[in-house]
Amino acid sequence: MEKMLLVIAIILAVVGIAQIAKVYQVTSELQKKKEEDISTSSNKMNANLWLIFMIAFFGFFIYQLVNYTDMFLPVSASEHGVEIDKLLNINWIIIITVFFIVNFLLFFFSWKYVHNKNRKAYFFAHDNRLELIWTVVPSIVLAFIIIYGLSVWNDIMDDPSEDALEVQLYAKQFDWTARYPGPDGIMGESNYLLITSQNPLGLITEETIETRVAELKEGILKSENKLKTEVLPDNQVDDLEDRIGSYKRQIARILKFREGDPDFSTAYDDIIVKGEFHLPIRKEATFNIDSRDVIHSAYMPHFRAQMNAVPGMTTKFGFKPTITTDSMRTILDDQEFNYVLLCNKVCGSAHYNMQMSIIVESEEDFNNWLSEQKPFVSPEELKAKKGSEEDKVEEDGQLAEIN
Amino acid sequence: MSATATVQEAHAHEHEHHHEKESFVSKYIFSQDHKMISKQFLTTAIFMGVIAMMLSVFFRLQLAWPGESFDILNYFLGDRWAPDGVLDRNMYLSLVTIHGTIMVFFVLTGGLSGTFSNLLIPLQIGARDMASGFLNMLSYWFFLVSSIIMLSSLFVETGAAGGGWTIYPPLSALPQAMPASGLGMTLWLVSMAIFIASSLLGGLNYIVTILNLRTKGMKMTRLPLTIWAFFITAVLGVLSFPVLFAAVLLLIMDRSLGTSFYLSDIYIGGEALDPVGGSPILYEHLFWFLGHPEVYIVLLPALGISSEVIATNSRKPIFGYRAMIGSIMAIGFLSFIVWGHHMFMSGMNPFLGSVFVFTTLLIAIPSAVKAFNYITTIWKGNLVFTPAMLFSIGLVSTFVTGGLTGIILADSALDINIHDTYFVVAHFHIVMGLSAIFGMFAGVYHWFPKMFGRMMNSKLGYAHFWMTIVGGYGVFFPMHFVGLAGAPRRYYQYTDYPMFDGVYDLNVVVTMFAIFAAAAQAIFIFNFFWSVFKGQRASQNPWKSNTLEWTTPVEHVHGNWYGSLPEVHRWPYDYSKPGKELDYVPQNVPLTENEEEH
Repeated sequence: MEKMLLVIAIILAVVGIAQIAKVYQVTSELQKKKEEDISTSSNKMNANLWLIFMIAFFGFFIYQLVNYTDMFLPVSASEHGVEIDKLLNINWIIIITVFFIVNFLLFFFSWKYVHNKNRKAYFFAHDNRLELIWTVVPSIVLAFIIIYGLSVWNDIMDDPSEDALEVQLYAKQFDWTARYPGPDGIMGESNYLLITSQNPLGLITEETIETRVAELKEGILKSENKLKTEVLPDNQVDDLEDRIGSYKRQIARILKFREGDPDFSTAYDDIIVKGEFHLPIRKEATFNIDSRDVIHSAYMPHFRAQMNAVPGMTTKFGFKPTITTDSMRTILDDQEFNYVLLCNKVCGSAHYNMQMSIIVESEEDFNNWLSEQKPFVSPEELKAKKGSEEDKVEEDGQLAEIN
Repeated sequence: MSATATVQEAHAHEHEHHHEKESFVSKYIFSQDHKMISKQFLTTAIFMGVIAMMLSVFFRLQLAWPGESFDILNYFLGDRWAPDGVLDRNMYLSLVTIHGTIMVFFVLTGGLSGTFSNLLIPLQIGARDMASGFLNMLSYWFFLVSSIIMLSSLFVETGAAGGGWTIYPPLSALPQAMPASGLGMTLWLVSMAIFIASSLLGGLNYIVTILNLRTKGMKMTRLPLTIWAFFITAVLGVLSFPVLFAAVLLLIMDRSLGTSFYLSDIYIGGEALDPVGGSPILYEHLFWFLGHPEVYIVLLPALGISSEVIATNSRKPIFGYRAMIGSIMAIGFLSFIVWGHHMFMSGMNPFLGSVFVFTTLLIAIPSAVKAFNYITTIWKGNLVFTPAMLFSIGLVSTFVTGGLTGIILADSALDINIHDTYFVVAHFHIVMGLSAIFGMFAGVYHWFPKMFGRMMNSKLGYAHFWMTIVGGYGVFFPMHFVGLAGAPRRYYQYTDYPMFDGVYDLNVVVTMFAIFAAAAQAIFIFNFFWSVFKGQRASQNPWKSNTLEWTTPVEHVHGNWYGSLPEVHRWPYDYSKPGKELDYVPQNVPLTENEEEH
């Protein structure tokens, strides 16, 4: 019923407009008025509308500036962010000035020079002096903007200092994981081929290699069995054969990790956290940003920090936090406030809710928090493992002795 | 004028002899006449534009009132994509993607260049038709086929492409990453490949026609600025679209043939994938190598149109004709070496970023020259406010407003925090969604009499313009503030973040204005179709303009001019020339003794 009414309303509206247009047309024909001749009153009306529009437009802008500033991001919580904000404000001053001047001139002239039968336009085809002015003046302003902007950019993108805290930000659909290097200060190696539910970042250790290879072998067996025992449509047969081939290639690639006898032990003490991660105040943090599926972007607006997470390539961004979460809560008068890491590159259906909280705290609190976190392989597990290895060595020794 | 008139009379009866009866099909469907093809492009683009605009209203509803039920969504999208009237989050991304794709490529590239390059190039340079009428016809038919494929992707079970109009892989390469990257994405890629073919056929034709078929006396320095803009646009298209074609082709191969141009180290859907060694950054480089010139492919024709309309209706020569040509060329050249500014945050080398900051900000110089030249043209003019003139002035305003925020985005240090936020959306919508669209409207209102031999209703045109500029600025101005609050684009809703509580009010304002602006377009659609059939008959030169298209007869004839082609004796901007009785002197009027050209 509602739809019917809507359709009828639309039809009536169209018919109505058509009738009005017809009446208008018939009257203008009777008055011998031609559509191409814009009447003085039409010109006047539009000229005045330009002036009214200008006032409304500028008013709208100023109204928003006044009313919505509290919506803007609060003061930057990172050292370089303060520089960015300064640069931004200077840019704003230049841009808003030009915006007002140029739009004012445009609308004002549109109002002032409205058509008048008794006047002829001023034939003014070119003037090199004027052209020179508005080539050179913008060039000078832009040179300033470029030089200032690039100096800020180069400072931000400088290599991190040696003692910076290293943090890995690892993106997948649709959450973030953070990893700290642990007490040894070295981030363990990782590879996407080793990802399992127990090893979401694909860290490389003897055990993860074994587990993953065993899983893949089992997968191959399963597929082969299926091929032998079941009658399947062609496309499924192809899929299974493709899978077997792919798993075999993966095993070969995984086994190569062992070449050259690398030290995998750096991964054991790595600390992996989800949901929220912590940063110590006034200590430079440098982020190694990775993704395992599609492009994401690590965006931390309160710190004026952003960098894409690209599969197959580690990107870097670093900053020094300057305001703790607690202080920011006081500044904003909001006890619920938390810094947040967002995804800012469309990555699929739940892109809009791929977030992680960031807690900035004193170095002491940070160290306490970090020591409470479980490492990738806990010392107990490590001990158990070492024990069994020693047993093995001993057995080998005994065997050797016997021989 | 009088010269042409005599020629026309002399050849009027000769024409009767040659008149061949054309069938409906050869006249309206498989036409090789550039004027008909231009009308075909225009109507297709209007149709596509209306659809893309509706899509935007759909997702704006979700953004303003997240999770609320709207019957209209359920009505159009059905239970699958809007169960209980709430927009599905995958469909949200598809709507955003297809809205962007249609608007950028089908309305503002195919529609804008296709319509006005086709209509005006032969008419304004004094040619009988395009260099190749057949290729021109093919160009339209490829365009139509690609439009149909693009629209059909909306009806696919897994949804239309949903990775944003830039379709970055791996999201677009892997159906496991999102359902929309299945068949919907395939259709997107096929449609785009055909679209590129259409665009190249058109572009080559425009270039060849402009270089070779100018009538006697039509030196390059006597071309109207419209033609200069179309010329540089076509050159940009011919140089950059093949690169997009390569990008699309490689993506198709990654999707279907197991190559790894863009893929490396991917674990998705519980499986590690084989490809190693590719890089999504390669795609970004290829895409934006087209993507940035594309911005000017969209904008330059609009600037060309507004130059012509503003000069005519200010009854005053365009100020700095040569500087305008120079800035079009400078913009065209620079547009090829700035693409990296879309990629400051991609992980690209920061030093490379610095180079792109420099080149990008250089574009502001020719842009500033153009803006000031427009304003000087209006200064001390004698302005006639036709609807086309209103839209052209609106274009200058939006070009300046939108261009200025580009200065902020081009600064890599500032881009860190506003990259991919609503600030970017605000910026490019003001330049493309307002400026370029205003140019298109200006063109339609100005050349409607040439296209259809009838006049559009100017009162409805006024209503259309004022509602559109109020609605348009109302939509895109507040978006800057949303972006400065740090709100990322392509988010289905902001309810999961307390920090975006302040954004809701503004999002409601934006959506209200969007609905208002969309409704205003109904006035245009009505005016357009009404005037095609019922509009007042046009006279030969309704706007008292100088260019050659107004010397052709009102009714369309093959070959454009009866008898011989007009000869050109002067530049196109002799408006209000001192010592002349009328305030315009058409290009085909010979110089009088002692008269300087300009």
